Amino acid sequence: MDPECSRLLPALCAVLADPRQPVADDTCLEKLLDWFTAVTEAGSSLLLLQENPCLVELLFHVLKSQDLSSRILSFSLRLAGIFAAQEDCFQYLQQGELLPMLFGEVGPLGGAAWTAPAVRSGWIQGLRTLAQHPSALHFLAACGAVDTIFSLQGDPSLFVASAAGQLLVHILDLAMRGPAEGRRSPQACDWPACAQKIVGHIEDSLCSTAIPQVTQALSVLTTAFGHCHGLWTQGLWVRLSPLVARLLEKDPVPASHSLVDLLLSVARSAPSSDRGLWETLAQTLSHLSPTQAGPLALGILKLQDCFIHRLPKDKRDSWSSPAQSRAGFILRTCSAAFCHLPSGLTLWILGHPVPQALRTQAFGILLQPLACVLEAAAQAPGPPGLLEGAAADSMMVDTLLSSKSACVGLLCCALAHLGLLQPLPQRPSPWPQAPLLGAAVTTLRLCSGSAAPTSDVGGRLCAILVGCGRVQRAALDFLGALSQGTGPQELVTQVFSVLLEYLVSPESSSMVLKKAFQATLRWLLSSPKTPGCCDLDPHTQLFLRELLPVLQKRLCSPCWEVRDSGLEFLTQMTRHWGGQAGFRQALLASEVPELTKQLLRDPESYVRASAVTATGQLSSWGLCATPASPECPGAQQESLLVELLHILSTDSEGFPRRAVMQVFTEWLRDGHADVAEDAERFVAGVLQAASRDLDWEVRAQGLELALVFLEQLLGQRSSHCPYAVALPETAPPGVLDQALQVLCRVQLFEFAFRALFDCDRPVAQKSCDLLLFLRAKAAPCGSSQEAGDSPNVASVEATLQRWQAGEQGQPLGYLEPGAVVALLRSIDLEGLRDTLAESSDHVEKSPQSLLQDMLAAVGVLGENEADCY
Amino acid sequence: MKLYCLSGHPTLPCNVLKFKSTTIMLDCGLDMNSTLNFLPLPLVQSPRLSNLPGWSLKDGNAFLDKTELIDLSTVDVILISNYHCMMALPYITEHTGFTGTVYATEPSVQIGRLLMEELVNFIERVPKAQSASLWKNKDIQRLLPSPLKDAVEVSTWRRCYTMQEVNSALSKIQLVGYSQKIELFGAVQVTPLSSGYALGSSNWIIQSHYEKVSYVSGSSLLTTHPQPMDQASLKNSDVLILTGLTQIPTANPDSMVGEFCSNLALTVRNGGNVLVPCYPSGVIYDLLECLYQYIDSAGLSSIPFYFISPVANSSLEFSQIFAEWLCHNKQTKVYLPEPPFPHAELIQTNKLKHYPSIHGDFSNDFRQPCVVFTGHPSLRFGDVVHFMELWGKSSLNTVIFTEPDFSYLEALAPYQPLAMKCIYCPIDTRLNFIQVSKLLKEVQPLHVVCPEQYTQPPPAQSHRIDLMIDCQPPAMSYRRAEVLALPFKRRYEKIEIMPELADSLVPMEIKPGVSLATVSAVLHTKDNKHILQPPPRPAQPTGGKKRKRASDDIPDCKVLKPLLSGSIPVEQFVQTLEKHGFSDIKVEDTAKGHIVLLQEAETLIQIEEDSTHIICDNDEMLRVRLRDLVLKFLQKF
Repeated sequence: MDPECSRLLPALCAVLADPRQPVADDTCLEKLLDWFTAVTEAGSSLLLLQENPCLVELLFHVLKSQDLSSRILSFSLRLAGIFAAQEDCFQYLQQGELLPMLFGEVGPLGGAAWTAPAVRSGWIQGLRTLAQHPSALHFLAACGAVDTIFSLQGDPSLFVASAAGQLLVHILDLAMRGPAEGRRSPQACDWPACAQKIVGHIEDSLCSTAIPQVTQALSVLTTAFGHCHGLWTQGLWVRLSPLVARLLEKDPVPASHSLVDLLLSVARSAPSSDRGLWETLAQTLSHLSPTQAGPLALGILKLQDCFIHRLPKDKRDSWSSPAQSRAGFILRTCSAAFCHLPSGLTLWILGHPVPQALRTQAFGILLQPLACVLEAAAQAPGPPGLLEGAAADSMMVDTLLSSKSACVGLLCCALAHLGLLQPLPQRPSPWPQAPLLGAAVTTLRLCSGSAAPTSDVGGRLCAILVGCGRVQRAALDFLGALSQGTGPQELVTQVFSVLLEYLVSPESSSMVLKKAFQATLRWLLSSPKTPGCCDLDPHTQLFLRELLPVLQKRLCSPCWEVRDSGLEFLTQMTRHWGGQAGFRQALLASEVPELTKQLLRDPESYVRASAVTATGQLSSWGLCATPASPECPGAQQESLLVELLHILSTDSEGFPRRAVMQVFTEWLRDGHADVAEDAERFVAGVLQAASRDLDWEVRAQGLELALVFLEQLLGQRSSHCPYAVALPETAPPGVLDQALQVLCRVQLFEFAFRALFDCDRPVAQKSCDLLLFLRAKAAPCGSSQEAGDSPNVASVEATLQRWQAGEQGQPLGYLEPGAVVALLRSIDLEGLRDTLAESSDHVEKSPQSLLQDMLAAVGVLGENEADCY
Repeated sequence: MKLYCLSGHPTLPCNVLKFKSTTIMLDCGLDMNSTLNFLPLPLVQSPRLSNLPGWSLKDGNAFLDKTELIDLSTVDVILISNYHCMMALPYITEHTGFTGTVYATEPSVQIGRLLMEELVNFIERVPKAQSASLWKNKDIQRLLPSPLKDAVEVSTWRRCYTMQEVNSALSKIQLVGYSQKIELFGAVQVTPLSSGYALGSSNWIIQSHYEKVSYVSGSSLLTTHPQPMDQASLKNSDVLILTGLTQIPTANPDSMVGEFCSNLALTVRNGGNVLVPCYPSGVIYDLLECLYQYIDSAGLSSIPFYFISPVANSSLEFSQIFAEWLCHNKQTKVYLPEPPFPHAELIQTNKLKHYPSIHGDFSNDFRQPCVVFTGHPSLRFGDVVHFMELWGKSSLNTVIFTEPDFSYLEALAPYQPLAMKCIYCPIDTRLNFIQVSKLLKEVQPLHVVCPEQYTQPPPAQSHRIDLMIDCQPPAMSYRRAEVLALPFKRRYEKIEIMPELADSLVPMEIKPGVSLATVSAVLHTKDNKHILQPPPRPAQPTGGKKRKRASDDIPDCKVLKPLLSGSIPVEQFVQTLEKHGFSDIKVEDTAKGHIVLLQEAETLIQIEEDSTHIICDNDEMLRVRLRDLVLKFLQKF
C-alpha cells in the first residue's frame, strides 16, 4: 500500500465507524473492498493489519456500535473475510476473538441488524472469502455457522438464499479436497465431519416432502457438480444417486426443473462411465411430463461437446502415442476443433460416450410433438413418420390438446430445441431431415389455417394453432435452420410455397413476416445451382417471379416494421445475387427498385436507413431504378449520389446518416462507377458533411472512408496481425507527394486532426490509427524537414492545441503536404494512442482518489475545509 | 315465448319475438344479394351492356325476404339495432297493416335515411322503359339459364321503395338513447345498449320482472369510431339471441386495412386509379382516418380522393355532429374544439372532395390518378357502374372491395373480361368467434340462440372448428321460416300490494326469518300490472235492491279456518296421549312419518310431514278429542 493511502486510511476508518456520517454511495464501499482484495492478494494481510491498526479498530468498533447502518456492518463482515482468507492473518484475528464476535452467535447473527438482507448477505460473503484453509473449517464447526447457513437456504431474499447454497458447496469442496482426497471412499465413514453434516443435510432435504427443501438440495448439488471438479464429487454422486432416483418414483416428480439441472450438471462433470447415471437419465426422461423432459433431452444430446471441455488437464497432457498427442494438442490449443477429429478417435479419447439408446430416447422426446403434428395432419396413413412407425404417444397428444398454452409451449420448445441441435456436430445421426421439413411445413400450415386435416386430433390442433404468432415464429426459425440440409424436391417445393403463403398473407404480423423473410432468404441462398450453369435454377427463378410482387406490396405497407424487413431482405438478396442474370432480369422488370428509392423519403428513420443500404446495394450492382429519360442514362445515378449526400447532411436522425456513410465507404472500396469518376470530389464532399455530424458513429465511419481512400492512394496497410514480421512498407516518394497533395485538397487532414481530439474516444482512436498509418507510409520522406520550422506549422500546432483544449471553432485552413509530414512527426501519436487505450476513468480509478473522494464526500479533508472560506 | 325467424341471413336478421303478450320485431334487414342476378344500371348509356345478346335491362330492383309465417300487422314494435338492419323498414310499415312503433337511436335513423335515400336515388335516376314480371312464373323460371332458374322465391322479390314510402316509414320511428328504459304495455321493458359497431348501433335488452332476453346484433369490440360496446348490461340473461357476427371470420380488420393501404399506394404510385365500392357511411370513416395518417408517409399527398354519393356531403357532416355516440377519444376532441373525424381536415386541405354524382362539378375537377369511393358495393347501380366501365380495361387500375356483403366475384361477373386488378380486403369489424366465446364467458347467458350458420364451421372450411360458436349448453340454432320455442318457462309474476292492505296484515314468524300471513284481497289486473287491493267491506244489507250488477258481485267471504303450521314431536305426543288416558299405544315409523296406533280404541293417527290423519270408526267424540290434542302442538294463524 502506498504511503499516501496509509495516511488517509485512519481518517476513512473513522468516517466509516461514525454513524453520524453516513456513506452515501454503496459503490464506494464495493470499490474499497475490491481494492483491499487486490492489496491482500499482492501481499500479506497480517502485515497490512499490523501496519494499519485502524482497520482492526474499525472491526472492533463496528461490533460495539449499536446504531451503525446495515451497509457498514455488511461491509465490515466482508472486509474481515478478506483479511482472514490468509491463514496467518486468520490466526491473528482469532487471537483477538474478533472472528467469533463477527460471525458467531454473539455477533450480528443474534441482533436486530440481522433483519437487513444486506447484513445476512455480508455475513455469507465474508465466510465465503474466509473459508480458504483448514483452520477456517474448524472455526465454522466451532461457531455453528453451518446450521445458520442451512436455515439461510430458505431466506426470503433470493440473493441471500442463493449465496447460502453456494457457500455450502464451497465449504463442502474445501472439506473434501486436501491431501486425502484421492483416497476417499464413497462411503461416508472417513469423510470430514463438516462434509458429513452438509451431505446429511442434503440427504434429509432430498427425502423431505416439502418441495422447497428438495429444490434447495437439488440446486446445491447442481452447483457442486458444476463448479467442483475434485474426484470426491463421484463419491458424492454414488452416495446420493439412490435418493435422487427415489424422487422419480413420486407423481408428479417434485422440483422437476431443478432435477433436470442437476442430472445435466452431473452428466457434464462425470468423467466416469457410470452406468447408473445413464439409467437414471433414461428413467427421468420417461417419468417427466413431455414439457419438462424437453430440456433434459436437449441437454443429453448436447453432452458430447461438454466431455471434451471437461477432460481433466492432466489426462490431456499425459498422452504419448502420436494419435493421442495429436488429439491432445488439438484439445489443448483449440477446444472447438474436436469436430474435425475422426469420430472414432473422438470416441476413443473420451472413452465414455452417451449410450446410443439414451440418445435415441432423448431424440424421440424432442421429436414427439412434431410427430404428433405430422400424424394428426396426415390425410392418409402416409410414409413412415418421424418416429419410424411408432404411433404418437397418447400422453403427448393429451398434452398437446389439453390447452392452448400447453400446446403452444410444447411445440415452441420442441422447435427451438431441434433448431439448436441442427447445426451441432454431435446431432443425432441419421438426422431425419425430410420428416422434420414436413413437420415444420405442416405446423406452419396449421397455424395459417391452410391445412385441412381430416382427423379429429388434427381438427382440434388446427383450432388451437390457427393464427398463433408464437408457433409461427418458432416454426419459421426452425424452417430457416433446416435450410442447411437438403430435402426431396417435392418437400422443398412445399417449403417455398408455405413461405410464399406467409409472405403474401395479410394476416402475417410484422414479426412473423420478418421471420418469413429471413427463412426465405436462407432457403433461397441454399438452393442448389444448376450444374454447369452459373445462373439460378428454374425453380428459384419461378419463385422469384412470384416473390417480387409480394415484396413490392410489402414495401408499401402502412406498418414500418414490414417495410423495414422487406428492405433488409432485398439488400441481402441483392448482395448475394446481384450478379445473377436471372435475378437481375426479374428485379429490373419489377417496380421494386423504384419503390426502394421512394422509401429514401420514408417518415420512419429506420426505414430510411434500410432504404439507403438497399439502394446503395442495388446501385453497386447497377440495379437502381432505370433512368427516367433514356437520353441521359447517367442522370438517375447522379441523382442517387446527390440524394444520399442530401440525406447525410440534412437527415435529423442518426440511422440514415450512418447508413449513408456505410454505403459510401462500400462504394469507394468497390470502385463504384460514379464515385470512381471523381473520387476526390466525392471524398471531399463526404468528409465535409461527416465532420459536422453530431453522431460519433458517422464521424467514425468517415474515418473508415478516409482510410479506404488512403489505402487506395498509398497501398494496403500491412498485415493486421501485430506479431507478423514485416518491414515497414513505405510509399515511393513520388507517389507519396502526389498522394499528400490529394489528401490536402480533400481536406482529409483537417477532418482527421479534428477527430483526433474528438470527445468520443472511438473516433479519436480511429483517427490516431489512421494518422499512424500515414506516418509509417511517409517515414522516409525526409525532404520536408525544414517545413517543421515554417510559421505555417507553428500556427497549425497552436490551433491543434486549442482544439485539444476543447475549442474546436477555428478552422485549420489549407495545409501544405510538407507541413502535414512535419506535424505528423511532431505530434506524439503513440503517446496519444496509449492514453486513448486506457479506459476513460483511469485517472479517477486509483485507490488514492477513491479514498480522497470518500473523505471529501463527508467533508473531512482539510483542503475542503479551507475551500469553504 | 316464441321466436319467429323471418330471415336466414345471419347479418341481416329479421326475427319476431313473442314475449308476455307483446310481439316485438327485432330488426328488418334487407338482403340485396338477389340484385346480383341483374345487369348493372349504367348512368351513362353503356353500349357493351345494352348489346349483350338476348338480355335486356329489366326490373333490377331491391327485394325482400318475406314469409307468411306471421301476420306482420300484429307486430307491436320494431327494435332497430343499426342502420344496415333497417333497410326493409318501408316494406313492413307501409304494406302490411303495421300500426306499431319503431324504436331506434338517432344516428341509426339519420344514417339509415341516407342509405335509403341513396338507394332510391340510384334506382330512380335510371328509370326503365319497361318492366317484366311474367318470368317469375315458376314454369317459365324453370327454363331460364342458371343461376336465375335456381333463385328461390322470386315471387317475393319486390320493386325498390320510393322516397315517399321511406319518409312515411321513418315517421313511425321513435328516437331512443342508450340505456333508456322503454315500457311496452306495462308488460316488458326494452333498453338499447351501445354495441360498438357503428354510429348509434345498439343491442337490446327485453326484460320483464323475472325474465331477461338480450338481443345482440352487429357488435364490435374493436376500437373504431363508435362508442364501445356495453357488455356488462348483458349479464344474467335467460336467453341471448346472437346475430350479426363478422361475415369474414378469417380476416382480421387491421390486416385488411394494411392490405388496403398497401395496394392503394402501389396502384397510385404506378399511375393507376383506385376504385373503392362502398356504402356512404360506416367503415369509410375509418378508412379515411387511416389514409389520413398514411398518405403523407407514403408520399401520396398529391393524389386526390373523391367521395361520390348523393348523400356524401350529409354523411361526412352528420358523422361530425353525433359526438355523444362516438368513442371516448373522439368525444374529447369536441371539447377542444376540433372535429372528431380527421376527414374534416382532408376536406379543408382539398385532399378529399365529395360530390353528389359524376355529373356537374366532378367532371370539371376530375384528375387522374385518383382514388374514388362510391356506391353501390353490389356494382349493380350507382356511380360505381360508370367507373367500372371507365377503368376496367386498364391493368394499371385497381378495384378494392372492402364491404363484405356481396361476393366480389359475382359482383364483377357482368364486367368480365376485366383487365383492372381486383383486390378483396373485406373489413368487417363485427365480433369474431374468439371474441364471441370471450363475451359468452363473461356474460354467461343461460341459453344462446343463433342462426344455424354459426353452429357449424363454414362449408368451405369444414375443418375449422374454431369458426363456430362453442358454448355450454350448445347454442339453439334457427333457420329461415322456423318458429322456435325458447327454452325457458315463465314462473313468476310480480304483484303489488296496496298499502292499506299491507297494513292490515299480521305476519307470524313460523321459522326464524320466515313469517307468514294470510291475505284476503281482490286481484286487480290492468295494463299487464297486477295489484292486490283490500277486499270490499262485507256486503251491506242490500236494502230494496234485488238485482245486483255482475261487477258488484262480492266474493263469498266465508269465515276461514285458521291455517296451521309446525310439526308434531311424536314422543311428546304419545306422552300427552298417555296423560289423557290412552294406553296401549304403539308407534310405527313409516317412510313419510309415523303411525300412532291406539290399539284399544282401534284408532290410527298417521303423522306425516304435511298432513295428519285420524282414522277411527265412527267415534266423532274420540276424533274431536284426538284432533284437539294434535292441534295443541301446532301454531294457528
